[in-house]
Amino acid sequence: MDRPVYDAPIQRGVSRLITTCGALFISALLTACGPTEVTFHTADNYPKRLSDWGLVSLDGQQLTVSDQALVYDVNTALFSDYALKLRTLYLPEGTQADYDATDTFALPVGSIISKTFIYPKTQTGALLTSSDWNGDPSAIQTNDFELMETRLMVKQASGWDALPYVWKGDDAYLSLTGTIRPMTLADGSPLNYLVPSKNQCASCHATNHTTGELLPIGIKARHLDRSTKIYNKNQLDHWAERGWLTHVSGGHTPNAIWGDTSQTLDHQARSYLDINCGHCHNAQGAADTSGLLLDYEQHPASALGRCKPPIAAGRGSGGHLYSIVPGQAEHSILSFRLATNDPGMMMPELGRSLVHEEGLEIINQWINSMDGQCL
Amino acid sequence: MKKIILALATTVVLGCAEPLPFEETFRAALESAQPGDVIEIPEGTFAFDRSLIMNTDGVTIRGQGMDKSVLSFKNQLAGAEGLSVSASDFTIEDLAIEDAIGDALKVNEGNNIVIRRIRTEWTNGPDVSNGAYGIYPVQTTNVLIEDNVAIAASDAGIYVGQSEQIIVRGNRAEYNVAGIEVENSVGADVYNNTAVANTGGILVFNMPGIPKRGYGTRVFDNDVNDNNTANFAAPGTAVSGVPAGSGIMVNSNDQVEIFNNRISGNDTANILISSYFSANYAGQREVAAEFDPYPELISIYDNDMSDSGKAPGMDYLVAVRDAVFGPDGAFPDIIWDGVIDPNKPADREVICVDNGDAQLLNIDAINEFANPSLEMAAYQCSVEKLSAIELPAG
Repeated sequence: MDRPVYDAPIQRGVSRLITTCGALFISALLTACGPTEVTFHTADNYPKRLSDWGLVSLDGQQLTVSDQALVYDVNTALFSDYALKLRTLYLPEGTQADYDATDTFALPVGSIISKTFIYPKTQTGALLTSSDWNGDPSAIQTNDFELMETRLMVKQASGWDALPYVWKGDDAYLSLTGTIRPMTLADGSPLNYLVPSKNQCASCHATNHTTGELLPIGIKARHLDRSTKIYNKNQLDHWAERGWLTHVSGGHTPNAIWGDTSQTLDHQARSYLDINCGHCHNAQGAADTSGLLLDYEQHPASALGRCKPPIAAGRGSGGHLYSIVPGQAEHSILSFRLATNDPGMMMPELGRSLVHEEGLEIINQWINSMDGQCL
Repeated sequence: MKKIILALATTVVLGCAEPLPFEETFRAALESAQPGDVIEIPEGTFAFDRSLIMNTDGVTIRGQGMDKSVLSFKNQLAGAEGLSVSASDFTIEDLAIEDAIGDALKVNEGNNIVIRRIRTEWTNGPDVSNGAYGIYPVQTTNVLIEDNVAIAASDAGIYVGQSEQIIVRGNRAEYNVAGIEVENSVGADVYNNTAVANTGGILVFNMPGIPKRGYGTRVFDNDVNDNNTANFAAPGTAVSGVPAGSGIMVNSNDQVEIFNNRISGNDTANILISSYFSANYAGQREVAAEFDPYPELISIYDNDMSDSGKAPGMDYLVAVRDAVFGPDGAFPDIIWDGVIDPNKPADREVICVDNGDAQLLNIDAINEFANPSLEMAAYQCSVEKLSAIELPAG
């Protein structure tokens, strides 16, 4: 494809040094620059450094987001070992996303989505698994937060590409092979934090496993329809107001906002399963082999797991007979696989090494609230 | 085809110019593979703490031999497979995958898959904590699985699921719960394999709850001996109900031909035919209305069978054996649960046997084993022969 017109060179106070061992380093002496301008790169020219995209970068200790992008949040999020996530969306000037009531919005070529994974940390650098962060990037300084990785999804004419960048020092570096970052939690326990490889990104983002096409998962009406504290506006309204979203209608039902106990238990549980499981466990997904369908669609109770025997779960069955035994979370494979952190048995297969206790609790309550029994 | 020289294959990890370990260059080659790539693995044992994943069509992965090029996952921390592949026109050959935390080699969706001279093994021997499947193509079409060795999987050593047009030949499966299993698949030829010392040697199954109904499998010219390893599958899995001592087992599947095999020393029976209801998976289970739980059009002929059924692998089968043959007796070569679809058309055969003096015992499971029968006349019938599977040349 032709290089888009918005691919303008960026002006920043960055000097580059080539060290004796051949690696590129950026000097830490960034000049006092304002929010950066986004630069789009084509697939044959993906930069090694995240800062070259101009979307998310460090200004000294301060994480900054280009003012050409919007920060967004989702109603109930994928659990990622208690990491906090800063999500941003960038659309090229003058372009729009196209609303869809069910599927991922169609985004124009040149769009960039970023998700930065961070943890609040103690003075000794141990990671904290809880936070009162309100989602505002201006609160993120490297004194108080460990930057783990930033994942980009980049819309080329040929489709979406997924690019994992791993933070080290004052920038993040492209790592198509991913890595495990061994970390320590504040309680002293180890955390083997997995940065996915490019192909592991596809393990979740090829939501239609038959076509293999990568798609953003969170950019759907049911995930986005909420207000955020940063802008104090409903995100869909905000995007439409900004001219970023066309054909908005009310054809969707918003997923439950995580932690909103005023929602029904069923809605909270289905919302949780949708974002944590539905990318593979849908009728076209990688896990359609199991016959267990957990995306937020109308499915028969058996496809949702009720009294459904496993197909090829192996020891992931945990010795249990059915995905869901009504009223008995302790005998349900669904609960078992969320409650283990053995990679050979746990679900989701990727993206966590810890148990999401609060998510597990919702699912257990949901199963325990069900009536009836398996024959 | 482009041959990747792995030492130079990657520039994706930024850092000092020290040579990267092979593990990293191999991973980078998989991540950045292009159609036509041949990714070679040298001799040696290579250790991985994360699963490997490859999504590009038209790639070949080739080692120097199943005992020379070893991918070891003994210290795996993340990922549910050893090597996970989602691609068509894929060939993998001449290497070993050891001690994966989950499945060793999974190929999920793809056409024209060749898996050849691969060894998948859990080196500690049979153990419930071993990964489920050794070689695991699922939702694939035109699949050739030949000359592999699969050892000590806690489910199936070689498992072909929800696939079409399948050849499984020349493999050796030992010390798995299921040696070779074809499940919910259409059109499979399983021949010239050796299945020995598994819990069950060769299984042809259908499971409910998934869209693809399997039928049309030929199992022939195999050696299926002494599959008497105690069942070490996790409770709740389909194969946890397989009695130790099962040679060839058909469950809920139709149009299965079993012929010219050498089957001996399987202590439950050399051949077992059962419906979903009495597979003893986990007691009675709800079966989706659209599922066909009855085996039909099963044909058994010209097998060389001996030494069957002297120590059945389930208590209820021991009781039946004791009742019919006495505690020192033995089941005949073939046992069947006797469960028939009440709505079966009269002219639709269930089991036809033309196998010399081999006998079939109907254990009458539907009537709580009240009237087991050795009456062979009912099985003197014939079923139209299946055609050989032919894969596209390539």
